[in-house]
Amino acid sequence: MKIEGKVWRYGDNIDTDVIIPARYLNTFDPMELAKHCMVDIDENFAANVKAGDIMVGGKNFGCGSSREHAPVAIKASGIPVVIAASFARIFYRNGINIGLPLLEIGDAAEKISAEDILKIDTSTGTIENLTTGDIFHARPLPGFVQEIADAGGLINYIKSKN
Amino acid sequence: MGMTMSEKILARHAKLANVEAGQLVICDLDLVMANDVTGPPSIKEFEKIGRPVFDAEKIALIPDHFQPAKDIKSADLAKIMRDFARKNKIAHYFEQGRVGIEHVILPEFGIVAPGMLIIGADSHTCTYGAVNAFSTGVGTTDLAVGLATGKAWFKVPEAINVHLTGKKPKNICGKDVILTLIGKIGVDGALYKALEFTGEGVAQLSMTDRLTISNMAIEAGAKAGVFPFDEACELYVSRRVKKSFEPVQADADAKYFSTVEINLSELKPVVALPHLPENVKPVDELGEIKINQVVIGSCTNGRLEDLGIAAGILRGKKVHPDVRCIIIPGSQEIYKEAMRCHWLEVFIDAGCVVSCPTCGPCLGGYMGILSAGERCVSTTNRNFRGRMGHVDSEVYLASPFVAAASAVTGKISTPDEVI
Repeated sequence: MKIEGKVWRYGDNIDTDVIIPARYLNTFDPMELAKHCMVDIDENFAANVKAGDIMVGGKNFGCGSSREHAPVAIKASGIPVVIAASFARIFYRNGINIGLPLLEIGDAAEKISAEDILKIDTSTGTIENLTTGDIFHARPLPGFVQEIADAGGLINYIKSKN
Repeated sequence: MGMTMSEKILARHAKLANVEAGQLVICDLDLVMANDVTGPPSIKEFEKIGRPVFDAEKIALIPDHFQPAKDIKSADLAKIMRDFARKNKIAHYFEQGRVGIEHVILPEFGIVAPGMLIIGADSHTCTYGAVNAFSTGVGTTDLAVGLATGKAWFKVPEAINVHLTGKKPKNICGKDVILTLIGKIGVDGALYKALEFTGEGVAQLSMTDRLTISNMAIEAGAKAGVFPFDEACELYVSRRVKKSFEPVQADADAKYFSTVEINLSELKPVVALPHLPENVKPVDELGEIKINQVVIGSCTNGRLEDLGIAAGILRGKKVHPDVRCIIIPGSQEIYKEAMRCHWLEVFIDAGCVVSCPTCGPCLGGYMGILSAGERCVSTTNRNFRGRMGHVDSEVYLASPFVAAASAVTGKISTPDEVI
């Protein structure tokens, strides 16, 4: 998948409670969750995010609760890919499992700022920052995990094996 | 080469003689667990797969987060799970009045046992490492596939050896151990790794201490927090677990990513300041921090021993006039035992609220939500921004010793200040 979009930039240790606060977890409707995505740290996000925009975080993105509502809310907001220095492991699995590409780029994440325009090829993990000219390469997914991502998520992958 | 406890459990469940860190394995699961927040979306994903449940005896569905239902939508979630449990004859579904907090009742009922491999759609599923299981939190899709196939994929984690020595001082419990550890290694200090506890200090820790410690392994980013099988663990599980089980011990030449030393004798009562569990400081270095609320409960510290600690401090005392103190037994059994021990009387005489078992305020669900600017000392596990209510409220994580003492003084206090 090739994506070009504007960056919404967040810091280190963005937890799933701020991605989607528990007070909204009495539903699992993706569009309803998207209405409240990031609300506790960024009131502008849900109202202004455009389909194709890109979310970028620092280290340990998605830490805390296992709620899959968090990557679901991000995906339903129109974000096609999340980039971070590192991801918390449950969030990482959840992203792959729901078909939301997650690109881990270590300290290079510091070279991406809010509103930069990125051009991304999720199949190769290549990220080009069109604003600064920097080019980054995300760590590849190991073994059959790439096949899960390629299938668009774990349910499709399992069904294809049925 | 020798294996860690995590490697041994994953190898056994992948039907392999050996595995090593970094290897991808597909494992058979002994238990698949979800709650009323994660269960309903898992059920929806499960239905897309089009298979029956893999084994109704190996599934636990626990309505504890927003139950007894806090609102209509939460009642709908409970209903989806209840209907699914009935239709599929799920062995470990418990209704209100018999249920408790998932990570309190599963060990208490003997549903989790040494050597088991468990996934749960709740990040604190790592709690069962305390009983020598490999147990980890997953999302709803992994859970759905677990319900249908009884399998999950794992990347075998490297392990951090948490080497415990020394004698545990009085007024110190498992919460001080795990907060001190998280303070040392940070909230991503064990990312993608397992914590494995070793050393003579393990014997100093009660099973309640261990359940608290394993419970918060996730707060260091860990995939699991595994304790060895010893006399205390054997005594605990032999009273509860009905089926046979196969414990694991780490090999003497097991390879660890790193070793962290904790001398229990040097521990002091600590708190984690807002808004990360790694912001750990000794209580006696804090200065005066006034509080509005205290919560004693949760999957971290809602066990009988925790309530006993709180009762020991609150006996004959009054909760500070400016403080609401909310006490939440983790299970019906704990509630009843606390009643038999006359601790409920102690709590009510002191001016505490005593609630039925629920996760409630820990995740900002209900039963003690904070207003803007309010501060809470809580025995729960997370102090993220807005975790217990308003985005401008604050949560200070602490042991039941510190929480109960703070309820009396109205400021964050060591137990020495009130005993």
